[in-house]
Amino acid sequence: MAARPLSPHLSVYRFAYTMALSILHRITGVALAAGLIVLVCWLMAIAGGEAAYARFTAVMGQGLLQVVLAGWLLAFLYHFANGIRHLFWDAGYGFEKAQARRSAAIVVAFAVVAGGVLLYLFFCPEGVRS
Amino acid sequence: MKGGTALGRVLGHGSAKNGVGHWWMQRVTAVALLPLTIWFLASLLALHGFDHASVAAWIAGPWHAVLLCLLVMTLCSHSSLGVQVVIEDYVHGHGLKIASLLLSNFAHVLVAAAGVFAVLKVAFVAN
Repeated sequence: MAARPLSPHLSVYRFAYTMALSILHRITGVALAAGLIVLVCWLMAIAGGEAAYARFTAVMGQGLLQVVLAGWLLAFLYHFANGIRHLFWDAGYGFEKAQARRSAAIVVAFAVVAGGVLLYLFFCPEGVRS
Repeated sequence: MKGGTALGRVLGHGSAKNGVGHWWMQRVTAVALLPLTIWFLASLLALHGFDHASVAAWIAGPWHAVLLCLLVMTLCSHSSLGVQVVIEDYVHGHGLKIASLLLSNFAHVLVAAAGVFAVLKVAFVAN
């Protein structure tokens, strides 16, 4: 191991939940990169015709993959909201500790509420949506 | 000190006016994705069903096809820039890092090409 000082010295910081949100932005980003492959597979299946689309929906309709799809929706909402938070930082706003904690709470609240609403709308039984 | 002119000695070693290029494009694509992703989610919610005919008819709308192509290309660009940073931060070992970066780059271009092709095929065949 290098003897020189190494950053970012994660172990010397007292844990704060804003740190968890920070790494979660990366984790959701990487997860969404994988989701992008499935999004394009969906488009390719549509372009492939009805038979190809039926095979695709049969695979994605499985219970476990439905959970993964729901996870991608939540990951997107979190990454979307926290991305806006990052853009405000880039513009020079919201760096105070209290502001950063408040914006963190807003991001999580948005992801949970919007996630709940969208999950209901996308996954609710037939007929409720119209 | 090697010879050559003062200009010759610094060329290729300093700023190529590209230092914030990656950082900036990550933000440009992020801003572009705000309206594009909202439009995409809203459109999915407005779809009457996810059967082949409904989805294909929606994609075939001219503006829908254009926006979908932009969405796929911008998502791939943003994702490529993001995954690149993650690889640079966490993948150690020169060879493995270069291989991972190449793989990620090629994969993102492939996904973008496939997405655009699929949208255009649906759009042109359906009409």
